[in-house]
Amino acid sequence: MNVALQETLPVVEPSATSGALSLLWVIIALPALGATVILLLGNRRTSGFAHLLGCATVVGSFVLSLVCFVTLLGRGEEERQVVQKLYTWVEAGSFSADFALLYDPLSALFLLLITGVGSLIHVYSVGYMEHDARRARFFAYLNLFVAAMLVLVLADNYLLMFLGWEGVGLASYLLIGFWQHKPSAAVAAKKAFVVNRVGDIGMALGTMLVFTTFGTVAFAGVSAAAGEASQTTMTVLGLLFLLAACGKSAQVPLQSWLLDAMEGPTPVSALIHAATMVTAGVYLVVRSNFIYDHTEAAQTAVVVVGTVTLLWGAVIGCAKDDIKKALAGSTMSQIGYMMLAAGLGPAGYAFAIFHLLTHGFFKANMFLGAGSVMHAMDDDVDMRHYGALQKAVPVTFLTFALGYLAIIGVPPFAGFWSKDKIIEAAFGENLVVGTAALLGAGITAFYMTRVMLMTFLGSKRWERGVHPHESPKTMTVPLVVLAALSAVGGLLLLGDWVVEWLAPVVGAEEHHELAVPPIVVSLVVLLVVAAGVGLAVALVGRREVPRTAPTSVSFVTRAARADLYGDAINEGLLMRPGDSFVRGLVSFDDHTLDGAVSGTGGAFGGLSSTFRRMQTGFVRSYALSLLLGALLVVVAMLAVNL
Amino acid sequence: MSATPFLVLSAILFTIGSVGVLTRRNAIVVFMCVELMLNASNLALVTFARVHGNLDGQVAAFFVMVVAAAEVVVGLAIIMTIFRTRRSASVDEASLLKY
Amino acid sequence: MNLPLLTIALLLPVLGAVVVAVLPQAGHGTSRVALPKQVALGVSLLTLAVVGYVGIAFDTDGARYQFTETHEWIRVFGAHYALGVDGIGMTLVLMTAILTPVVILASWYDGDDGRWGANAFFAWILVLEGLSICVFAATDVFLFYVVFEATLIPIYFLIGGFGGPRRSPAAVKFLIYNLLGGLLMLAAVVGLYVVSARSAVGPTYLLSELTTVPIEQSTARWLFVGFFVAFAIKAPMVPVHTWLPDAAEEGSAGTSVMLVSILDKIGTFGMIRFCLQLFPEASQWATPVVLTLAVVSVLWGALAAIGQDNIPRLIAYTSVSHFGFIVLGIFVLNSYGQTGSTLYMFNHGMSTAALFLVAGFLIRRRGSQLISDYGGVEKVAPVLAAMLLVAGLSSLSLPGLSPFISEFLVLQGAFAHGWWWAAAAVLGIVLAALYILLMYQRTMTGPTVPSVAGLKDLDVREVAALAPLVLLIVVLGFFPQPLTSMIDPAVAATLEQVGATDPAPTVPSAPSEAAATEQESPE
Repeated sequence: MNVALQETLPVVEPSATSGALSLLWVIIALPALGATVILLLGNRRTSGFAHLLGCATVVGSFVLSLVCFVTLLGRGEEERQVVQKLYTWVEAGSFSADFALLYDPLSALFLLLITGVGSLIHVYSVGYMEHDARRARFFAYLNLFVAAMLVLVLADNYLLMFLGWEGVGLASYLLIGFWQHKPSAAVAAKKAFVVNRVGDIGMALGTMLVFTTFGTVAFAGVSAAAGEASQTTMTVLGLLFLLAACGKSAQVPLQSWLLDAMEGPTPVSALIHAATMVTAGVYLVVRSNFIYDHTEAAQTAVVVVGTVTLLWGAVIGCAKDDIKKALAGSTMSQIGYMMLAAGLGPAGYAFAIFHLLTHGFFKANMFLGAGSVMHAMDDDVDMRHYGALQKAVPVTFLTFALGYLAIIGVPPFAGFWSKDKIIEAAFGENLVVGTAALLGAGITAFYMTRVMLMTFLGSKRWERGVHPHESPKTMTVPLVVLAALSAVGGLLLLGDWVVEWLAPVVGAEEHHELAVPPIVVSLVVLLVVAAGVGLAVALVGRREVPRTAPTSVSFVTRAARADLYGDAINEGLLMRPGDSFVRGLVSFDDHTLDGAVSGTGGAFGGLSSTFRRMQTGFVRSYALSLLLGALLVVVAMLAVNL
Repeated sequence: MSATPFLVLSAILFTIGSVGVLTRRNAIVVFMCVELMLNASNLALVTFARVHGNLDGQVAAFFVMVVAAAEVVVGLAIIMTIFRTRRSASVDEASLLKY
Repeated sequence: MNLPLLTIALLLPVLGAVVVAVLPQAGHGTSRVALPKQVALGVSLLTLAVVGYVGIAFDTDGARYQFTETHEWIRVFGAHYALGVDGIGMTLVLMTAILTPVVILASWYDGDDGRWGANAFFAWILVLEGLSICVFAATDVFLFYVVFEATLIPIYFLIGGFGGPRRSPAAVKFLIYNLLGGLLMLAAVVGLYVVSARSAVGPTYLLSELTTVPIEQSTARWLFVGFFVAFAIKAPMVPVHTWLPDAAEEGSAGTSVMLVSILDKIGTFGMIRFCLQLFPEASQWATPVVLTLAVVSVLWGALAAIGQDNIPRLIAYTSVSHFGFIVLGIFVLNSYGQTGSTLYMFNHGMSTAALFLVAGFLIRRRGSQLISDYGGVEKVAPVLAAMLLVAGLSSLSLPGLSPFISEFLVLQGAFAHGWWWAAAAVLGIVLAALYILLMYQRTMTGPTVPSVAGLKDLDVREVAALAPLVLLIVVLGFFPQPLTSMIDPAVAATLEQVGATDPAPTVPSAPSEAAATEQESPE
């Protein structure tokens, strides 16, 4: 890193909170309180009011987030970083970490996304979970999730962030396994937690390295001294946090849990596994910009991971018949875009966050739409049993369509602005990466069109006895709001607002030269997208969709259906050898180690059973041995004296 | 006065006693042989007391006698009981107390 | 007037035990007298009150050892009845006093069908409490040794009298294994006498005087090994851990808590108190080997736990893993590592106690220890499942629960000592997630198997026994300060004796920056 660049890098220098911003802690406390009350009182006692309490706390947080956001808007650019220290959390010797909240433009946006989308999904869940006996507990878990996620994005140091980081992991575990009586749900929940824990190794080691390097875990201290650490340290840090991000954001090679996570109730998939939690990895990378800006190697690694995942997820999305899994593949792919952007440094941070926001809108919208469709189809998730639903569930169809247009990047919908910027930046970085991102856009268009066609258009392939009906108001209103946001989310880029807003945190956008004007890139992207749509229409829309998935398909399709063999690789490389290793170790422990102990005892036992044979019961032989012994002593004494 | 004859006598008595203990089966005889050995050692103790001109050996001999008397009481009682229950005083037959 | 509070705290349960033992037999025949149990609970609560008062009165800025009492015991040996607590001892005395009433309440009916009746069960538990308080407060090596060995007696009878079908072999194995360790320690204790008697100080076993005795290097190393092996067996560390799973499998849940949560801590406590303080040079010398053993314990215990089908054995192996972390933190010789370790001892006490007790409730209901006999319990007993989950999550060190802080501090200490130690030990957190969640998944989720269909959920007594543990786990997860502020000075004093200092941050300007931010932040 050259000196000139270092000077332009932003430093986290927060001031103390005041005024409305001192209510920051309440934003977290509200949902935490909701979760505590419901969990402590139990499901039965709270079933009457839990959903109201759950919604109220999150909406309250949203209102407060809005107030804080407006306050921040009213401040000058230099005063937009504030910290609220609640108390010293951990203090041991020279180690210290505060329970302190950092509120800056980056966390402000996240706060709005989490509480905003969170509120809508809470409201949606009131209808969606209406007939579930454990609805109260569901809302407790959702509230717990929101609180943990808020801690994650408001933490002012890595240790506190770790609290939120694993807190959302816990909420995700509880919610994926919400229908515990299904073994598949329980297994998926455990898998998600364990894979996330692998990522947490990166988070834990990274935090430790941060402390041993900088003597503090606070973002402020680290960012101020970032330039002084060695290149190797920064690279290792970058890679460790990338590992953490891979776990949480389901990036290759820790991607395998996300598709299974669709076992959870659909609002969970929308909130946690699409809009918020899975983007925490992107947040981590962007938040740690002061680390990544000093290490090109780690940045390259981030770009590679993002690029691989955006294609990986997109390919999986093409072959899935389960509507939620198709959307999950898409989520993986879109987060790949964000990671790719985040790996580009100051040129991409703002766009990563921008895409994160718009993706939060349209993906939550589509997941909730999928939930609405499932609601209509008696919880069937197989798209091969759908078809021609646009009349049956018109509101869902329209809102889903808006989300669809947004995700494939049709102007002027939100996705166009955000994705186009990332592809442009990717081309600025590297031709290969740019091409991959462009290809990803085409595949996205293909699989999303496929989902649209199979679900809402074409002919009826419904199961017998299914009577689709539109969902209740509590479910459709959030859909409409999210659809509107998907349509107009691009406004955030008006006058480069989002870029300038984030500049105090992530640094100003670097000027990058492209061989062609940006408009050409946009046109090419649109052409590729059109090609993808056209291909889908030709392959899916023009033919009859079979009600069962055809088995005689190409190798690519089979691989994509098997999640590109991610699980098989894990199984073959880790689980089976691990299983045998554990069995071997347990048997070694039981037989060799414990055997040595029991063996020693047994040896003494055997020895004594040999020696006790000397106790014959014949008095005269005892007398003889007495005599011999005495003689022996006499002889010995004589021998010594002589 | 030479101590040798006394010591030789003591050794002879002790040997007779020990051979008797090792070879005889009758418990009463074995018992008497033990007494013989005790008295042999008493004789040696008293002899050495005389040679050294102090009373330590004689005191020890009295101890042995007292212990021997006590032993006779307990020992004979045991032998009597064994004889009553088994109609025999052979030490080889009373070999129940073993491994 | 200065009351000898520590003596009172340790005599109370012992005297209470005598009273409980002579009261009419509880829970036998038609007259199910609960009086002995109530007396036992009352005595343990009274002890908790005394210890609680000591804890509150403990001055974190005051002298290193507080509430000291010293009386000459055996002049020729230089042995004293000397008690006193520093922050480390205080923490463990507190833990003992908190756990005992919990165990008594949770084991209300566990002693009824034992070999000697409920009175004996509760009396032995109280004796054990008294001895444990004494051992954590002893500042005389001889007194420590005597009580260290004496603790074996109650636990031997607890395992041998109130447990599973193969409890006798397990009790004997436990006893002999630990006696063997005690024997090595005895040799080292005698060696200490020789060393001190030959020095200018004269024969003494007082810790404060022994630390001033110069010990020749090779002698110190031998003596260190004697103490360390005894403590490693007690702790227990791989490869001398195999008595623990057997004891946990055969003992009742309450016994296992007393054994694993309290008694095993004597091992790790002894490492800090005696190995480090008496033989600083030898401790530094042994560090690489000890750390290797510790990391091996962490991974070994965790892997072995994954492979278990027996719930108490599984929990026992998780403890082997946790004790590996504790030893790791002690021997990395820096402040956060060692504070983390001491905190870990306390937290592990709480979380493992919760785990053992919930598992015990479950096993008592169904009558099987095998994971494969369960399934779908969550559906019929949601409170039990929730408690198991919380206890399990604390065992896997979820942030927000108290064990996280201690585990992180230990790992941070290991990282500062050498990153490879932390990198190896950190794998333990993944394995921990596996063993806990696998057990939870197999027992609690899925379709309800017929044999557990009629299972009753936890009753009020059981919830009341668990509630304090869960509360402490959660509260200390967010506010560990009361404990860390107590432990910190004691650790600093210990490290000063060892001559170890914290490594400075590699970036020179960093601390001042951090301090500047500190000042800016509002209080």
